[in-house]
Amino acid sequence: MDVMPKWADVILIPLISILLAAILSALVILAIGENPWEALKLMVDGALGSTYGWGYTLYYATNFIFTGLAVSIAFHARLFNIGGEGQALIGGLGVAIICLFIPWPHWSLALLGAAIGAAIFGAAWAAIPAFLQAKRGSHIVITTIMFNFIAAAVLNYFLIGALKAPGMEPATAKFPEATHLPSFQDMFNFGETTFFRGAPANITFFVALAACVALWALIWKTRLGYEIRSFGHSESAAKYAGISPTKIIMVAMLISGALAGMMAINNVQGEAERLVLNAVEGAGFIGIAVALMGRSHPFGVLLAALLFGFLYQGGAELALWTSIPRELIIVIQALVILFTGALDNMVRMPLERLFLSMRRAKNGRTV
Amino acid sequence: MIKGRAEKSARPFAFKRTGAPMTDQAPAIELKGISKAFGPVQANKDISIRVMPGTIHGIIGENGAGKSTLMSILYGFYKADAGEIYISGQKTAIPDSQAAIAAGIGMVFQHFKLVENFTVLENVVLGAEDSGLLRPSLSRARRELKNLAEEYELNVDPDALIEEVGVGMQQRVEILKALYRKADILILDEPTGVLTPAEADHLFRILENLKREGKTIILITHKLREIMEITDTVSVMRRGEMTATVKTSETSPPKLAELMVGRKVLLRVDKAPAQIGKKILEVKDLNVTDDKGVHRLKGVSFDVHAGEILGIAGVAGNGQSELLEVLGGYEKATGSIKLNGEEIDLTGAKSDGQSRRTRGISHVPEDRQREGLIMDFQAWENTAFGYHHDTEYQRSKLFMNNAAIRKDTEEKMARFDVRPPDPSLAAKSFSGGNQQKIVLAREIEQNPDLLLIGQPTRGVDIGAIEFIHQQIVALRDQGKAILLVSVELEEILSLSDRIAVMFDGKMMGERMPQETDEKELGLLMAGMTTEPRGPVHEAVEEQLATAGSTAAKEV
Repeated sequence: MDVMPKWADVILIPLISILLAAILSALVILAIGENPWEALKLMVDGALGSTYGWGYTLYYATNFIFTGLAVSIAFHARLFNIGGEGQALIGGLGVAIICLFIPWPHWSLALLGAAIGAAIFGAAWAAIPAFLQAKRGSHIVITTIMFNFIAAAVLNYFLIGALKAPGMEPATAKFPEATHLPSFQDMFNFGETTFFRGAPANITFFVALAACVALWALIWKTRLGYEIRSFGHSESAAKYAGISPTKIIMVAMLISGALAGMMAINNVQGEAERLVLNAVEGAGFIGIAVALMGRSHPFGVLLAALLFGFLYQGGAELALWTSIPRELIIVIQALVILFTGALDNMVRMPLERLFLSMRRAKNGRTV
Repeated sequence: MIKGRAEKSARPFAFKRTGAPMTDQAPAIELKGISKAFGPVQANKDISIRVMPGTIHGIIGENGAGKSTLMSILYGFYKADAGEIYISGQKTAIPDSQAAIAAGIGMVFQHFKLVENFTVLENVVLGAEDSGLLRPSLSRARRELKNLAEEYELNVDPDALIEEVGVGMQQRVEILKALYRKADILILDEPTGVLTPAEADHLFRILENLKREGKTIILITHKLREIMEITDTVSVMRRGEMTATVKTSETSPPKLAELMVGRKVLLRVDKAPAQIGKKILEVKDLNVTDDKGVHRLKGVSFDVHAGEILGIAGVAGNGQSELLEVLGGYEKATGSIKLNGEEIDLTGAKSDGQSRRTRGISHVPEDRQREGLIMDFQAWENTAFGYHHDTEYQRSKLFMNNAAIRKDTEEKMARFDVRPPDPSLAAKSFSGGNQQKIVLAREIEQNPDLLLIGQPTRGVDIGAIEFIHQQIVALRDQGKAILLVSVELEEILSLSDRIAVMFDGKMMGERMPQETDEKELGLLMAGMTTEPRGPVHEAVEEQLATAGSTAAKEV
């Protein structure tokens, strides 16, 4: 018997966690002599108050959806893929190569090609730790962390070498015009009123939404998803049923790496339109928090990604318009991660007890 | 303290009914109104019992009835939500196991708590050293062990390493540990689960000796026979409640079973003589070496025919599990297995559970919680488990037909009387018996040529045992071959049409159930084909210790 109704588990707990993080953040802001209420207003206004703000929030959210989904699918196979950061970096390399060296006739084909390239590069990067885990028992947490550093080094190597554009910067050349993806500004332009002016959100957001739906169907409607979940819940049972652990570890990690890699079509192809150093900016790690908060469910991931998009954009605004230092923005984001991800049980236990005593009281009356 | 007890207990019939004190003698243990809840589950509900000194008190109940919880409260592992504990008439608080030991309570757990690479002596002393220096404690313990051995027939070799002695001796070490700590009250949790019949008899003799010396013993078990054999009084638990406390001499197995289950149950299996058909399974010279390099199966050969139940008896850890795993397709082996005359792959891509299933082998694994079911999955997801590639469960090439699986589950639940019949309930929410019925329904209704079934009624309530046995016999009567592995000799004897005994990875021989008995099978289980000279239990133990069989294999 479940202790709590489902709605409490998926909505109430995250909501209370966010509220606690917000209260603590307010205290921190108060402590440095700023007005937390003003700060909150500024964040909401900056992230959601205009289509420009929304354009940034959704852009960040798109990144987090991809990396969050990547962590989620690995979670379902009880694999902790911390390598989203590195896989997204290498995915970016794939996007850059495909955009720079293939003469695409139209952006739609370029998007398709880049998405496939990003997925293959990301998956290939995840394949090595996956293979080591499946065949050699090397712990995937350790290997994926190490592969983040290796990925950064590989990118460095290419950006000061083979792919470097003329000039001082360690970056590739600008991608050709035909590969540029339509931004929200291009898509929602109705004569004199232009929405999302100057914001980086682009068509990739819809690819991310499609990925959510596709992953949901994969996990809960297909045999592969069934096998992945079986393996994740009980390896011994999976073996009994004839499900190959090697196959599941490999497949789950390949999908995970592919999703993380696909983030690159948003930030590299969609926004920067060239590949720069540290293009991922920590989105791979945020993906872990997003997956935790979203309970590894694709729709939960979507909501959590939107929240973190809001925090990112709101935080940037806060840093821009107040004397709250940039470091404090990171503290606030960390508090949200801490409460929603790490301190889940702190909220869950008392809430479970509450529901239990409520049910007891109810049963007591009916008996 | 001990002396005083011994005098008092010399009085016959120290027992009296709960709540009606008639003599001035204080009970060794009295629990009053103990309640304990884990989340929504009420594990113990207002339990009161009193155990008189110098008696053996049995606590019987099905798995999950709350026996172990109650004893864990008594030993300080859990804190009761309500209730009081009296030891020898003194109200005693037991916040931890140290307090329990100080109060004179010793506990022998089902899974022994011994340091494998320490000697017997070191294990006895561990945690009860007299001073910072070890040597004086050890020599005192050595003297004491000698006295205890003479007094109670508790023979151990003080210098043997635990990992090198048999399960029977390990259990005696646990008892000695408790006695060394001056325990007057000894609690034993399912002590015979890992013992052969001869060893169990020996244990009971030890318990009788302890009782004669005035110790109080609480025996937790689910075996009616043990209760009848050795206890003076017995308490029956059902769903967290104490349903009755009676004198053992005034009750009978059917009465106890009825108290445990709440309705009348059939303790015997009704079956017609087997109609034996053609050979279905032919195993020849099967060998398994596990990944630790231990030779688990040594040249095993046997046949199973259509319409026949072949029962494999043996102490847990003597190769039966590996045999099932090989046949089920998830352990590598050498040798030959033929099903319906066709050779089966033992290694390579075609040696997994999927290909075994398509060949017509169904498998009810020994451990349903680790293998047979995914405890977090809902019942309907578990019904498709292992058969999720079956065409009737697919909507298209890509998608599964979850609605069809649900419908199938509903029908199977109805046919196998799974309660509650809700396909959306997680497997962990069902009782042990109903979990087993879900597995059984899945495997039997595949209409297999060969059914592998391991420990079919382990952790299953008596009411469900009856049903499960009927289903197995019914499948046999349809002309299917059945390979039954069980550590319960009673189950083997009552279900099998032919019995094979395994010991140390080898087949010790086959017997017909009507021509053998527990005694003979017990010897075979210890690798002996003739009755040994001298005490049987010692010879048995010697054999099992050297066989490298480990109780650890049993989950």
